[in-house]
Amino acid sequence: MAYDGSSARGRVDLRLTGSYKREQTVEGECARQGRVAEAGESAEQAACGSSATTCIEVRDLSFFYGRYQALQAINLELQARRVTAFIGPSGCGKSTLLRTFNRIYELYPGQYATGQILIDGNNILDKRQDLNLLRARVGMVFQKPTPFPMSIYDNIAFGVKLYQRLSRYDMDERVEWALRKAALWEEVKDKLKQSGTLLSGGQQQRLCLARAVAVKPEILLLDEPASALDPISTLKIEELIEELKGEYTIIIVTHNMQQAARVSDYTAFMYLGKLVEFAGTDTIFTRPREKETEDYITGRYG
Amino acid sequence: MSLYVRRRIVNALGLALSMLATAFGLFWLGWLLWTLVAQGLPWIDLSVFSQPTPPPGDAGGLANAIVGSLLLTGSGIVIGTPIGILAGTYLSEFGRKTRFAAVVRFVNDILLSAPSIVIGVFVYELVVLRTGHFSGWAGSMALALIVIPIAVRTTEDMLCLVPVSLREAAAALGAPRWRVIFAVVYRASRAGILTGVLLAVARISGETAPLLFTALNNQFWSLDMGGALANLPVVIFQFAMSPYEDWQHLAWAGALLITGGILTLNIIARVLGRARNIE
Repeated sequence: MAYDGSSARGRVDLRLTGSYKREQTVEGECARQGRVAEAGESAEQAACGSSATTCIEVRDLSFFYGRYQALQAINLELQARRVTAFIGPSGCGKSTLLRTFNRIYELYPGQYATGQILIDGNNILDKRQDLNLLRARVGMVFQKPTPFPMSIYDNIAFGVKLYQRLSRYDMDERVEWALRKAALWEEVKDKLKQSGTLLSGGQQQRLCLARAVAVKPEILLLDEPASALDPISTLKIEELIEELKGEYTIIIVTHNMQQAARVSDYTAFMYLGKLVEFAGTDTIFTRPREKETEDYITGRYG
Repeated sequence: MSLYVRRRIVNALGLALSMLATAFGLFWLGWLLWTLVAQGLPWIDLSVFSQPTPPPGDAGGLANAIVGSLLLTGSGIVIGTPIGILAGTYLSEFGRKTRFAAVVRFVNDILLSAPSIVIGVFVYELVVLRTGHFSGWAGSMALALIVIPIAVRTTEDMLCLVPVSLREAAAALGAPRWRVIFAVVYRASRAGILTGVLLAVARISGETAPLLFTALNNQFWSLDMGGALANLPVVIFQFAMSPYEDWQHLAWAGALLITGGILTLNIIARVLGRARNIE
């Protein structure tokens, strides 16, 4: 089902299916907020203006929990329409880094970030940045499934209603679209009125993914999305990531190095609040530049 | 004696003692309920619900006291619950670690365990003396003052049970804070909060001391919250202490009614609480 995508926020639906990765058209790309994701890493950037493949640019980002500095001057450029994995031992700051991209840390007084995070050239750490609009563009799925205590339908509609007033029919369509995106539609189409909390863990997590996708974000942050799930559900989530990456810039934090190797195009290895190494996933896992990276991926610590 | 045998003996002893303690508690409760039913049930008939309290020697019922109690309890809950829930929400959602919240929490705990007669005297001083007469409003105010700390406490406790991840998930979708609280946090804890409200109803519907100083009593049929208002606890108190047998009978009937009501509310609260756990 191709959702017609005529949303109030003016997103353009790409109607892309199947093996999207190497076949995207330049028009479709440019229409989508002027960013290009090329098949090759070397850019044919001219098509849509300069630095078009970079979606998120992190500059000198430091993060503080009160007095404790959790991130030390991180510099990073993340590509649009690619999957980037953050790996590293517990407490290395990978989740902290992820949580700066939608500024979810603002819920807690005493936590703050310095430096810059540019999304499409805008510094989202700017005080004038509207948090809710930011979060509409940057969706997030958490480690533990977090279905709201309401029906499956309302779980999906909740986020959509924050930004759009859709007719009953359009909302029905959006809910179905989102659930299909998360490969959950077939399992729940007959029980949309049932509480989302009654689903199994794996289904709940896909519901959360659908809920995030329903708002039509550009970026998806996944914070260890499969670590609380069984292998089959994990596989489903990974397949979903594979499918979604054609349309979304995905950043995934994971403890599971095989998972990072399986799903990501780029991998960032972090240690003690520093970005140790960032490169294509193949490079990181086969020819790491840094000794620390090698030690970690070969299981010497972590 | 081997360690294992000793452990088994200690276990059996502990189990026996706890069962004994439980039986002790249940025995008194059972006795109390039995006495109430035995003494009260024979006097419960239609006239109890249809006629007002009689002068000594006359036939009558408790209709004015039942209605008065419903009015007082109802308005006490209506006034106290929103204040309590909002304050509890503040404590849980906004002031978790602030010093001000810690003070509020402390004061609230004191209020929670304040003797209800103190609250009665306080409202007497504040309202009854100033207006010059007893009134239903003074009564509902006193009851509301009892409701507030209960509602604050249960609301805060229930909201704190809602996982942080749920709030983050709602905020991550771009929901403003009030919407996170109303649409997600309240919804997740609604059974618990409702349980707290029901328990508050149960608590205040038997309160006598604060009403003695505020609503007092009214022998006649009245719905006027601005004047003295009959209510079950005070009628029971007055009739039970009287030398007239008819009045004593009505007091038993009233006591059974209140106890039955409170018991029912508690059971409902339990069932709701269980429904929450299943969810």
